[in-house]
Amino acid sequence: MQRILKSALVALWFMVLTFPLLAIKINPVSKTVSWHFDRVAMLAVGIFVLALGWDWCFSRKNRGLPVFSLPQNITARMSAIANNMALRRASLFFIVGALVAMPLTSSLYQTNIMISALLYVMLALGLNIVVGLAGQLVLGYAAFYAVGAYTYGILFQHFGLGFWACLPLGGVFAVLFGLGLGFPVLRLRGDYLAIVTLGFGEIVRLSLQNWSDLTGGPAGIANIPRPGLFGVDLSLEGSTTYIYYLVLAAVFLTVLVIGRLRNSRVGLALKALREDEIACEAMGINLMRIKLSAFALGSCWAGFAGVIFAAKTTFINPSSFTFMDSCMILSMVVLGGMGSISGVAIAAMILILAPEYLRAFSEYRMLIFGLIMVLMMIFRPQGLVSGEKLTYRISALLAKGKGGAA
Amino acid sequence: MKPVLEVKGLSKNFGGLRALNDVDLTIHQGEIVALIGPNGAGKTTFFNCITGIYVPTEGSVTLHKGEQAIVLNGKKPHEVTALGMARTFQNIRLFPDMTVLENVMVGRHCRTKAGIIGALLRDPITRAETQDSIDKSYALLESVNLHEVYHETARNLSYGAQRRLEIARAMATEPQVLLLDEPAAGMNPQETRELEGLVQQIREQNELSILLIEHDMGMVMSMSDRIYVMEYGSRIAAGTPAEIRSNPQVIKAYLGEGDYA
Repeated sequence: MQRILKSALVALWFMVLTFPLLAIKINPVSKTVSWHFDRVAMLAVGIFVLALGWDWCFSRKNRGLPVFSLPQNITARMSAIANNMALRRASLFFIVGALVAMPLTSSLYQTNIMISALLYVMLALGLNIVVGLAGQLVLGYAAFYAVGAYTYGILFQHFGLGFWACLPLGGVFAVLFGLGLGFPVLRLRGDYLAIVTLGFGEIVRLSLQNWSDLTGGPAGIANIPRPGLFGVDLSLEGSTTYIYYLVLAAVFLTVLVIGRLRNSRVGLALKALREDEIACEAMGINLMRIKLSAFALGSCWAGFAGVIFAAKTTFINPSSFTFMDSCMILSMVVLGGMGSISGVAIAAMILILAPEYLRAFSEYRMLIFGLIMVLMMIFRPQGLVSGEKLTYRISALLAKGKGGAA
Repeated sequence: MKPVLEVKGLSKNFGGLRALNDVDLTIHQGEIVALIGPNGAGKTTFFNCITGIYVPTEGSVTLHKGEQAIVLNGKKPHEVTALGMARTFQNIRLFPDMTVLENVMVGRHCRTKAGIIGALLRDPITRAETQDSIDKSYALLESVNLHEVYHETARNLSYGAQRRLEIARAMATEPQVLLLDEPAAGMNPQETRELEGLVQQIREQNELSILLIEHDMGMVMSMSDRIYVMEYGSRIAAGTPAEIRSNPQVIKAYLGEGDYA
C-alpha cells in the first residue's frame, strides 16, 4: 500500500514538473492556447508503473533476493544444462563454427562489422588482464591501441615495412609504452592511477595529433596496405575475409593465452595484487615486477589489435583513439565481469554490435548505453559473468577417491 | 642455542615522532618469543620494520641462515619473505575474493619459479610445479583444519578460520621465523586455546622460531619461552614469563602507578 502511495506521489510530481511542457501548447500565429491533458494523464500512468516496478526491484534487492527469479524447477534445469560438459562443448563448437562460417555466408558489410567487434573483443580481453585480473584501473587503454596502429602506419610510410613485420613490432612497441607508463605509476593505485593513465592516453593522442612530420597530424596516415597473402592480389572482398580470419585467429590466441595465464602462478600473483597489495608483497611477490608484467601483458594485445585495425581501415587518424574509446573498452570489462573471459567477450560483442544493428535508434544510443550501465551497476555490479572459481586437482583427494572406489 | 634473528638498536622516526627507540631483540632456534606492551607501544611498527614494510631509521636486523648472516635492513618485503621470514597481520589481510586454496598457493609464489612463458606453454616442468604447489597448499590447509572448505571464497570464512588461513598462507612461504601479529585478537577462549595448540604444533613440525605479538596474557604466559615488553617505543623488560610477571616496571606500564594493588 505504502509502495502504491509512493509511486502515485512520484507520478504526481512528474505531472507537475512536465505540465508546462506537455499540457500547454501555444500557437503564436493564431494566438490560441490548446490544452493536452490526455498527454499528462498518459505520462502519469507510465511513470506510476515505472516507479512501482523500480521500487519493487529495489525492495527485492535490499532483501537480498534476485530481481528476476525464475521458478525453481526451471533454474535447476538451467544450471543442469550449464553444467552439462557435453552440451557446453557442443555449444562452444557451434559458436566457433558460426564464427568461422560467418564471412562465407554474409555480406561485406556484416563481415566488416564483425571484424571491428572482434577487434574490440581482443582489446577488452587485453584490458581485462590489467583491470580485471591485476586490479589496476587504467583509463587510457586506447593509447596502446593507437601505438599499435601508428607503428604500422609510420613504419610503412617511412620504412616501407609490411603488415607481417609490423604485427609483432606493434605488440613490442605497445609493451614498451606499457612499461613506460608502468614505471612512473608503480606507487599509485586506485583513483590516482586512473587519473595518470587518463592523462597518458591524452598525451599519446595529442602527440599523434600535433607531431605532423611523423604522424601526419589530424589528417592521419592514409593508404596503408592490407595484409598480403604470399603475394596474391586479393579483391576488396577477399582481403576483408582474409582480415576477418586473421582477427578471429588473434582472438582465439588471446583467449587461449589469457585462459592459461589466469590459471598459472603469474595469474595467481596478479589476482593477489588486485586483492591486497601489502599482503601480496608480504607473501614474497615482487610488486614492481608483477605490476610491470600486468601492464606489459595487457598492452601488447592492444598493440596487435592496433596493427590489424590499421590494416583493416587502411587509414588511421587520432580521432579513432579518444578517451571515449578507452571508456568503451573499460565498460566492456566492467559489464562483462572483471576477470571473466566469456563475460568480457560477450559484453564487447554486445556493445559493438548492438549500435550497428539498431541503427534505427541511433539517436538514443548513448541514452540506452547509459541506462544499461546504471541498471547494471545497481542490480548486478559484478558483471554478466562472475564468481567463476577455478578448479584444482588435489592429489590427496584424488587418491582418496580412488581408494574409496576400489 | 644459536640465534636466528638478531635485532640491534632498532629505531624508527615518523617525522618528529620516535615510534621505536633503540630496541634489541634476539630469537633463538625453535623459540617462541612474545612481544607485549600497551596499545601504541610500537609492536606492530617493530614488525613492519623487520619485514621491510618500513625502513628503520637506525639499527640492524640480521637473519642467521646456517653459517650465513644476512642483513635485512633496506631489503624489500618480498625479499625478506623469500629469505625466510613470514608474517600475519593484525587486521586480517587475506585475498578475500580468492578461494582458500588459492590464498595459500599465493604463499608458494616465492618458492616456485614458473614464469609467463611456462604458463603459456604448460610444459611438464611447469605442470609438475603447479601440482606440487597445489598439493603442498592442501597439506597446509589440512594442518590448520581448513581442508574441507578449500574451495570456499576466503571472505566467507569465519573470523577464527580467517586467522588460521593467514597462518597457513604464511607457512606456505617456508619461513624460518614466523611473525604473528595478534593472532588471537577477536577470538573466544575456546578458539584461543585451539590456536595455542596449533602454533605449538606448527613449531614442532617445522622447527621454526616464532615471534608473537599478543594481548591475551594467558596465551602469552603459557606459550612463550621468553617475553619482551615494550612501552612508548622502548624495550622496558625482557625475560622468562615468571620474571616478567614480577617485574615492577611491567606492572607499572600495564596498571599504572599507585597503591591499588
